[in-house]
Amino acid sequence: MKKNEVPQDESPISKHGSNELLYALDDDGKIKPVQSIGWEVKSVVQYQNLESLNQRVLDALQQVKEGKSSPILYFMELNKMDWNTLAAYMGSWVFWIKRHQKPKVFQKLNNKVLSKYAETFGITVEELKNFKG
Amino acid sequence: MQVFEHKQTAHCENGAIVNLLQSKGFTISEPMAFGLGSGIFYVYLPFIKVNHAPAISYRPMPGRIFNRMAKRLGMKVKRMKFSDTKKAQQALDENLKNNIPTGLVVGVYHLPYFPEEYRFHFNAHNLVVFGKENGRYLISDPVLDYTVSLSEAELEKVRFAKGALAPKGHMYYPTNIPEEQDWSHAIRKAIRKTCSDMLAPVPIVGVRGMRMVAKDIVKWHKKLGVAKANYNLAHMIRMQEEIGTGGGGFRFLYAAFLQEAGEYLKNEELLTLSAEMVAIGDLWREFALEASRVVKKRSNTHNVYQVMSDKLMELADKEEAFYKKLKKAIG
Repeated sequence: MKKNEVPQDESPISKHGSNELLYALDDDGKIKPVQSIGWEVKSVVQYQNLESLNQRVLDALQQVKEGKSSPILYFMELNKMDWNTLAAYMGSWVFWIKRHQKPKVFQKLNNKVLSKYAETFGITVEELKNFKG
Repeated sequence: MQVFEHKQTAHCENGAIVNLLQSKGFTISEPMAFGLGSGIFYVYLPFIKVNHAPAISYRPMPGRIFNRMAKRLGMKVKRMKFSDTKKAQQALDENLKNNIPTGLVVGVYHLPYFPEEYRFHFNAHNLVVFGKENGRYLISDPVLDYTVSLSEAELEKVRFAKGALAPKGHMYYPTNIPEEQDWSHAIRKAIRKTCSDMLAPVPIVGVRGMRMVAKDIVKWHKKLGVAKANYNLAHMIRMQEEIGTGGGGFRFLYAAFLQEAGEYLKNEELLTLSAEMVAIGDLWREFALEASRVVKKRSNTHNVYQVMSDKLMELADKEEAFYKKLKKAIG
């Protein structure tokens, strides 16, 4: 890629007032750092990725609304986590954490576990307990 | 007190190295640090899922680039991990008091200065803390062209991010920085390592790993359907192109390294190979462009995935030929 071919497309980073560095050929055939405000290709996959994650959040919300799942599932998806990541934040095992998505099991969780979830999700225990979708 | 100079780089680990060494009066370019650390790598881990997609890494394990480079130049890197968050902060504060800018490995998700689109549970980002003012840490994040600051609580959160590759407060800084020296031996050694990594006789590593992904792209579509195949493809391109890492970006960096190395060793062949690497980098970017089109269109026939697969196979062939030539050129 030549210097003048470095894409300068509006992107999440340019909207953020930032840019990124990459290397390209200058006129003398030397490879030099060049700043770029973004590349459409990257933005496309980033937005697509966020869209699919957003769909996961909506699906989880529906599950909670229908009483099929506890709020744990919704807040996990909202925080872009999977079961492995959530289990790591909870300092617990995946199979153990997964049980907490059952509304019946969730009802019985003690305050200590609930506050750990709340802290992980950046919300209060009340918000977590009373979330109905 | 020495003034800390912040330099933006394409890749975070290189950047931490360049900035940490500069603060100690040792100047090295980003491509040279990347090349001497044998930064190009490829590994496909289909049995590990990251953000619901199979893991593909275009770089060695975090910390490897610096460790290898340091070893080859006769430097030492002091590394520490912590289980206690308070001790982690104390150790960092102590370093800053002694005017030692310090590298940290952090999780990206809780970094407040990153745009939403970049914030995922990815725990191998590098940054340098170079001071503390009014209770806020002064941060040199290598992918930004300006410095930022974080509160104590914010920094603790990213240092103790959880999940895959949890950094556990990981901090590092160079000690024992040698005087000016001859880099010829280090350059040769580093190139040899890159060649053997990329040509490794392991099905998930290097050019063989690329071929395995190429085969799986077709399988994703057949077995998992269009939506999931596109999700995996998008994930792959994100790993490849985000924040200068991976595909094209790394090839251009490595080409710049080969150019610098060729001039240093007065080896014409390395200069020719550098130009060849630029061409391969362009092909990686073309691959990303095609993939983004597939992802965007959604309704895709079987044929599109076959085309993507063929393109990746072609890249693997080109790279295999390239590293074989490179190995010869260095002798």
